[in-house]
Amino acid sequence: MADEPTAAAAAPADSQGAAPVSDAAPDLPANEGFEPEIIVFACHYCAYAAADLAGSMRLQYPSNIRMIKLPCTGKLEVIHLLKALEAGADGVYAAGCLEGECHYLKGNLWAKKRVGYVKKLLEEIGVDPGRVEMYNMSSAMGPQFAQTARDFTARIRGLGPNPVRPRDGFTAHEVVVREMGALAMPDDADTPPSA
Amino acid sequence: MITAERKPFDEIYAMTEGHDKVLVAGCDTCVAVCLTGGEKEAEILAAQLRIKAKEDGRDVQIEHTAAIRQCEWEYLDAIGAKVEEYPLVLSMACGIGIQSMAEKFSPRLVMPAVNTNMLGMPQEHAVWLERCGACGECVIGETAGICPVVRCSKSLMNGPCGGSHDGKCEVTTPEKEDIECAWALIWERLKAQGREEMMLVNRPPKDWSKGSSGGPRKMVREEAKPV
Repeated sequence: MADEPTAAAAAPADSQGAAPVSDAAPDLPANEGFEPEIIVFACHYCAYAAADLAGSMRLQYPSNIRMIKLPCTGKLEVIHLLKALEAGADGVYAAGCLEGECHYLKGNLWAKKRVGYVKKLLEEIGVDPGRVEMYNMSSAMGPQFAQTARDFTARIRGLGPNPVRPRDGFTAHEVVVREMGALAMPDDADTPPSA
Repeated sequence: MITAERKPFDEIYAMTEGHDKVLVAGCDTCVAVCLTGGEKEAEILAAQLRIKAKEDGRDVQIEHTAAIRQCEWEYLDAIGAKVEEYPLVLSMACGIGIQSMAEKFSPRLVMPAVNTNMLGMPQEHAVWLERCGACGECVIGETAGICPVVRCSKSLMNGPCGGSHDGKCEVTTPEKEDIECAWALIWERLKAQGREEMMLVNRPPKDWSKGSSGGPRKMVREEAKPV
C-alpha cells in the first residue's frame, strides 16, 4: 500500500505536470498547525492503483490521507460519507475512475450523484459541503493522486477541524472500516469480492 | 404505492428540541420503495440529526430503527421494545404508519418526519406520478384505464375542458411542468381500443361521499374476521 510514502526528496515535476512535492502547501490560509484526518474512499481499479503508483514514483503527499479500498465507488453509500464525518473525519472524498471508464460502467457516476446529495445534506445541517468531494482519476495518474491529496488537504486545513469530532480515542478511519464490515476491502486484497 | 417526501430538516430538528433521546423510525414498505423513509433513509436522518446536535453542543442520543410495515400492529410489536426506550419517535412512515405508531405506543410522542403526498407509481427510476385518489368509486373502466379524478387537474368527469392544448394541461407550475391532459390521453387510448363512443357517455356528478369527503371510511370483511 502506498499511503505512507517514504521518499523525502522532492521528485521532479514529471511529464504530466505534477507540482513540486511538499506536505504543506506554501499558501496555507489558516489553521497551519491543524493536521486533518481525511478519509478517501478509493476504487480498487483506479485511485487505489494510482496511490500505489504515486508510492512507486516516490511522490510525496500528506499523511493526513487515510484510504479505504472499495471494489467500485458505486458501492459507496450516502451513509458511509456521513458516518465518516460523524466519526470525526475532517474531510472525505471518493476517488473513482475517469468518467466513462468505470470497470462497472456507471459506478463512478452513481458515486458522483451521492456525493452531490451528501453536500446538500451537509448544507441542511450547517456543515461546509466542501468537506466532501468526488474526484476521478485513472490508475496511471499517480502524480494527480498525490496532487489531489495535497489540494484537498489544503482545502480542509482552510476549513478547520470538524466541529463534531468525537474524543473517543478512535480515528474516523477505524470507525468507518469497522462499520463498513466486508464492504471495505483489505489493503492487500487484489480482487474485489464479486470479480 | 403510497409516496412521501422528507420534511425540511429544520422542521424535523425543531421537533427534537428539549429531548435527550430520539428514535428515528423508518418503514420498509411503501416509503422505502420511494426512497424516502426506509431503514436507509432513517439511518441517514439519524446521522444528520446527531451531527447537528453535536454541533449545537446538545447531548442527545439519536438512534434509528425500521419496521417492515408501520401500519400493522404485528410489525410494530417487532420494534416495540426499542421504541419503548425513547420518549420521542420521529416516524418516516406514511401518515397511516405514523398514526399506527402513535396509537400503539400512546402516550409516547410520535412525530412525522415526512409529508405523505400521494398514491403514485414510479414512472421511471426516481420519478413518481400520482395515479389514484382513492375516491371510493372507480371509473377507469370507462376512461381507458386513465383516472380523470387525479390525472385531470380539475377532476372532470366529462372532459376535456378548453384548457387542453396539444395533449397538455393548461395548469402549469414550476413543480408541475408539462402535465399531460388526462382526457387527451383517454381519447387516444379509447381510439386505440376502438371504443371512441365512450367519450360520448355523459357522466352525472360524481358521488364524492364515497371518497374522503364522506368522512372517515371504514371497511369490514365479516367473512374474514377471526372466529
